Amino acid sequence: MSTIGTEAIEGFNPSHETVQSTRDRLRAGSVVVLLAALAGIPLVANDYWLNAVLIPFLIMSLTALGLNLLMGYAGQASLGSGGFMSVGAYATYNLLLRLPELPLPVSLLLGGIISGLVGVIAGLPSLRIKGFYLVASTLATQFLLEWLFNQYGWFSNYSTSSSISAPRLAFLGHDLSSPTGRYLLTLTTVVVVTAVAARLARSQTGRAWMAIRDMDTAASVIGVPVSAGKLKAFFVSSLVIGIAGALWAFAYLGTVDARSFNLDRSFQVMFAIIIGGMGSISGNFLGAAFMIFVPILLDHFGGGVFGGAVDPGQLENFQKALFGALIVWFLIKEPRGLAALLSRAWTRLASRINR
Amino acid sequence: MSFFIETLVGGLLAGVMYSLVAIGFVLVFKASGVFNFAQGSMVLCAALTFVTLRDKGIDFWLAALITLAVMVLIAIAVERVVLRPLVNRPQITLFMATLGVSFVIEGLAQIVMGASVHELDLGIVDTPIEIGGVQVSQFDLIAAGTAGILVVALSIFFNKTRVGIALRAIADDPQAALSIGIRLQTLWQIVWGVAGFVSLVAGLLWGARQGVQFALTLVVLKALPVLIIGGFTSITGAIVGGLIVGAGDSLAEIYLGSLLGGSVSTWFSYVLAVAFLLIRPAGLFGEAPIERI
Repeated sequence: MSTIGTEAIEGFNPSHETVQSTRDRLRAGSVVVLLAALAGIPLVANDYWLNAVLIPFLIMSLTALGLNLLMGYAGQASLGSGGFMSVGAYATYNLLLRLPELPLPVSLLLGGIISGLVGVIAGLPSLRIKGFYLVASTLATQFLLEWLFNQYGWFSNYSTSSSISAPRLAFLGHDLSSPTGRYLLTLTTVVVVTAVAARLARSQTGRAWMAIRDMDTAASVIGVPVSAGKLKAFFVSSLVIGIAGALWAFAYLGTVDARSFNLDRSFQVMFAIIIGGMGSISGNFLGAAFMIFVPILLDHFGGGVFGGAVDPGQLENFQKALFGALIVWFLIKEPRGLAALLSRAWTRLASRINR
Repeated sequence: MSFFIETLVGGLLAGVMYSLVAIGFVLVFKASGVFNFAQGSMVLCAALTFVTLRDKGIDFWLAALITLAVMVLIAIAVERVVLRPLVNRPQITLFMATLGVSFVIEGLAQIVMGASVHELDLGIVDTPIEIGGVQVSQFDLIAAGTAGILVVALSIFFNKTRVGIALRAIADDPQAALSIGIRLQTLWQIVWGVAGFVSLVAGLLWGARQGVQFALTLVVLKALPVLIIGGFTSITGAIVGGLIVGAGDSLAEIYLGSLLGGSVSTWFSYVLAVAFLLIRPAGLFGEAPIERI
């Protein structure tokens, strides 16, 4: 699954060495260009683009990153992402509401940490069971959390409707509730968290996760702390997903609603990382882009081509079938997802430049 | 006390309905080691096809036969297109592939046959009858009887017929089975076809109970805890697990629900299943896997 092995072998060949360093420079350069573009977008894009396309894309990328750390790096499959998102959203909501003196980033981080701790509890069964048995146990978490937030009014401050409006977002006196403000808040958070996560994945912790993923029995034999590694993965993953959930509620929807964090959301996140590429950082962004942009494109073209003759329900069914087929196709043809396609494209480009 | 017994019996009978779906899973898992998430959408697809045919005025048995043919075609297609290229991949990959398959089946079935709720009348009267002072739903009794017949038929099929014995050989050791000339692919198609038949039966009974609608796919989520409790490889386990989940759900809804404020049945069976997992990871009747490096 990972590229580490092949890279080590390619390193023996001096001509490959230069291809590789060119490729790495190309990749780093593209990341810088992309970041600059994302930071500059509010100057040109209108509110629709920020609100309906870019903000959900960024937040979905962050959620995918969270799940990818758990599933792609540590090999622990989970369908509880929606639940962890709701923990992050409700925790941050209550922190903003009950401790208004805390600055926004602190509330976000604390909300994430609370979600991470819930993740550790939800991850306890992973010490004894694995594979889709674990999927079932994360489903238990998903359903339990959904029920909890619907059932007990304390979490939503006894609001009469099941959805509650988010408190005003502000940091250091700047109001962040405009589309640009919410976009910049999301972008900053995503960049910071992604940078930290990418470092973590390359650290000893990340290596231990990959060992557990590839074969946990073997990992424990050579002295990798398997239990601690699994729980750490659950903590970090739920922390990231929790922050994403808070952003989804405050920066995207503007309301906290348990229904927007249901099982369908968990499926969506899982599909994003399968399509994007498990065990890869860039895959999260590619997969999230796919999950967010394709439905929007289908909506536009579906409306345009058939002139509104196709009802939205049919279009939704079509989209469902298409996504299902794509999942199967990716699993068969490209188990490492869009990220692998991208990585191959970079290598090809680099060897062309070096020739 | 009689209220307790009534709740218990109602729950047990509802559990049989879960078992019906769970049996389909067990069949596929035993033969190919795949946890087939698409079983729920196969139930929907079967019920939807049947109802659409019936609405067109086609005779009951003919409609059932055509539906069965459709299910077998789906089974063959799934084996050809999805399972064959994924042989020897990790179980979790196969599971995710069936997740994709379930989306395809749900999407296509609703594109072709519409998403509106259909009534399905099997001609079973659902008036409660009294047995020993306990009110029992007649429909549930018939469903339980059907499940019983199905289990007996499947046991005979697995233990006495040539195909069934070959299937057990594959479940036991695929390599050895292949080396003595058992055709793996044909047998997978057969087993998925039988699973299609089981989902037809489950689809008819569930459809008659709830109406044929998208929510039928959610029975897969009810069947999962049943499988975990019973074990993925045992039909007996599916039945026992279904009974435990059914009884647990309805008792929890009455006694725990009043303490916690209702609707605990959405998660209760899962928590129960996780508790079982922690004590017996292979389920009550399942076989514990052996780990090799």
